[in-house]
Amino acid sequence: MRRVLVGIKRVIDYNVRVRVRPDGSGVVTDGVKMSINPFDEIALEEALRIKERGEADEVVVISLGTDDTQQQLRTALAMGADRAILVRTDATVEPPVVARVMQKLVERENPIIVILGKQAIDDDCNQVGQMLAALWDRPQATSASKIEIKGQTARVTREVDAGLETVEVDLPAVFTTDLRLNQPRYVKLPDIMKAKKKPLDVTDLAALGVEATQRLKVLRYEPPPQRQKGIMVKDAAELVAALRQKGLV
Amino acid sequence: MNRILIVAEHEAGKLSAAVAKCVSCAASIPDAEITIAVLAADGAAVAQAVAAIAGVARVLLVDHPANEPALAAVLAPQVARLAAGHSHVFGPSTTFGKDLMPRVAALLDAAQVSDVMTVESAQRFRRPVYAGNAIVTVEAVGGRQIVATVRVASYQAAAAGGSAKVEAVKLDVLLPTHTRFVSVTAARNDRPDLQTASRVVSGGRALGSAENFALIQRLADRIGAAIGASRAAVDAGYAPNELQVGQTGKIIAPELYIAIGISGAIQHLTGIKDARTIVAINKDAEAPIFEIADYGLVGDLFSLIPELEKHL
Ligand SMILES: Cc1cc2nc3c(=O)[nH]c(=O)nc-3n(C[C@H](O)[C@H](O)[C@H](O)COP(=O)(O)OP(=O)(O)OC[C@H]3O[C@@H](n4cnc5c(N)ncnc54)[C@H](O)[C@@H]3O)c2cc1C
Ligand SMILES: Nc1ncnc2c1ncn2[C@@H]1O[C@H](COP(=O)(O)O)[C@@H](O)[C@H]1O
Repeated sequence: MRRVLVGIKRVIDYNVRVRVRPDGSGVVTDGVKMSINPFDEIALEEALRIKERGEADEVVVISLGTDDTQQQLRTALAMGADRAILVRTDATVEPPVVARVMQKLVERENPIIVILGKQAIDDDCNQVGQMLAALWDRPQATSASKIEIKGQTARVTREVDAGLETVEVDLPAVFTTDLRLNQPRYVKLPDIMKAKKKPLDVTDLAALGVEATQRLKVLRYEPPPQRQKGIMVKDAAELVAALRQKGLV
Repeated sequence: MNRILIVAEHEAGKLSAAVAKCVSCAASIPDAEITIAVLAADGAAVAQAVAAIAGVARVLLVDHPANEPALAAVLAPQVARLAAGHSHVFGPSTTFGKDLMPRVAALLDAAQVSDVMTVESAQRFRRPVYAGNAIVTVEAVGGRQIVATVRVASYQAAAAGGSAKVEAVKLDVLLPTHTRFVSVTAARNDRPDLQTASRVVSGGRALGSAENFALIQRLADRIGAAIGASRAAVDAGYAPNELQVGQTGKIIAPELYIAIGISGAIQHLTGIKDARTIVAINKDAEAPIFEIADYGLVGDLFSLIPELEKHL
């Protein structure tokens, strides 16, 4: 069985204007729309395409989170994943812990590929994929914008500061997705119904033998410094004059 | 004493400008002793360049043919070995550092702080989350080593004037062969570099085509600026990916940023918040970009760009 594992994190939807709670204890989440991390949607889409091309047989989605995370896993099943695993936890889990959990599931599921997002848009850490690859002692190709599977190897194009880098890796390997890898499909209504019958296993950290150790204590949240709203100029001449005066051009 | 190891980013024998910024960040840790690791195929020139950064106490040079081009899977076990005896391991928050440092952190079973923007103490740091909509103060607990990436837009480069000793180091580490570099396609040009330029002109979806995007290039050339783009402009193929500015592109801090035909989505704004002066040109007076612009000009870019050029 050629299996692909995909990480799915439940996050505040990217369209929500996130606000810090007045007491600095976190951000406002009451009544806020939650979604699949956009990079994880791209990861799932890529896994589905790999399967549709016949290069894999099964796509399994994994999430660590509260019970509510079942909603995002159901959406992932409706998109086309074959089954889901929820590692239920009410604690905030840091990337090293997520990576350990993934490693445990990798040992159990023996995938040829693990695809994660390059970053979760809540913590913006950009860590889990690389950490998992290190713990598993396997290749990583982060910020992928193209993935080609060639038997026991894969060729991956990565978005890097200089431009586009291509690497070749032996499978199994860990990939993380960038925005331009693909355009995720929309979920169709009948698929939502079908997804209700797909398996969603619930387990927890203890069952996997992973401790939710805290490495970083969050002391406080603050809003970012606000920039002052500036002035409107009436035409190009006035703009150039203003920039000249400040010595900017 | 806090012993900080910084991993030097370099390419084709040239040191990345991000490294001197990492030194500034490391130097803001109390009682810091800064060591720089240069992992290269033939890194003598890079090692000399880092040795000349003020505040650097030591340079460790690891020459190995496998070290260039840089691959995280190959570098990580070497960096992890060098990290012994260090309290902190820093790298820049560039695609190089983002790829490498978490792999190092996992090998060390360390804590990792991504995108450090302020150092409050040896264990306490501030960093942005939620696309910069919140800043958190985090404290490393449990006495582990601390791995961090430095948000380079938050720091000035450390000055020159150092004269650190360079030590060649041989590491007895098994290097993996499961990851192989194939190629890199970089649009080489003589324009200023987006991440270090003092002026940047960026274009958005409104440009409408790759041909029209040349208007942005022309204006940028006129004022000696680097070129940037919004995600929408990159997705549509008007500009290459390495020009994307924002949460998931480049975070920049130029003296002057000119956004043309860009609406000002939060993911874009987080990449330019540290710019000294922001100029926005947009035909929609309600565009969110005007909320943070120092100078706003409402109008059609296709007539305003030529007019700007006339006055420049
Ligand atoms: C996970 C995630 C990460 C993202 N990361 C980034 C990122 O790093 N960087 C980024 O930029 N975006 C990012 N985005 C996308 C972001 O949300 C916006 O979609 C994007 O920035 C919009 O680009 P734009 O402003 O060019 O296009 P639009 O929002 O379509 O704006 C075009 C603007 O041009 C104006 N206009 C149109 N015609 C003219 C004309 N003739 N003259 C003058 N003005 C005109 C319009 O009024 C409009 O304001 C991300 C999104 C997600 C979900
Ligand atoms: N709680 C989680 N559950 C499932 N996947 C996760 C979780 N946290 C992180 N990931 C995966 O790791 C990627 C990178 O996350 P991060 O390192 O936190 O930015 C995400 O895009 C997900 O694919």
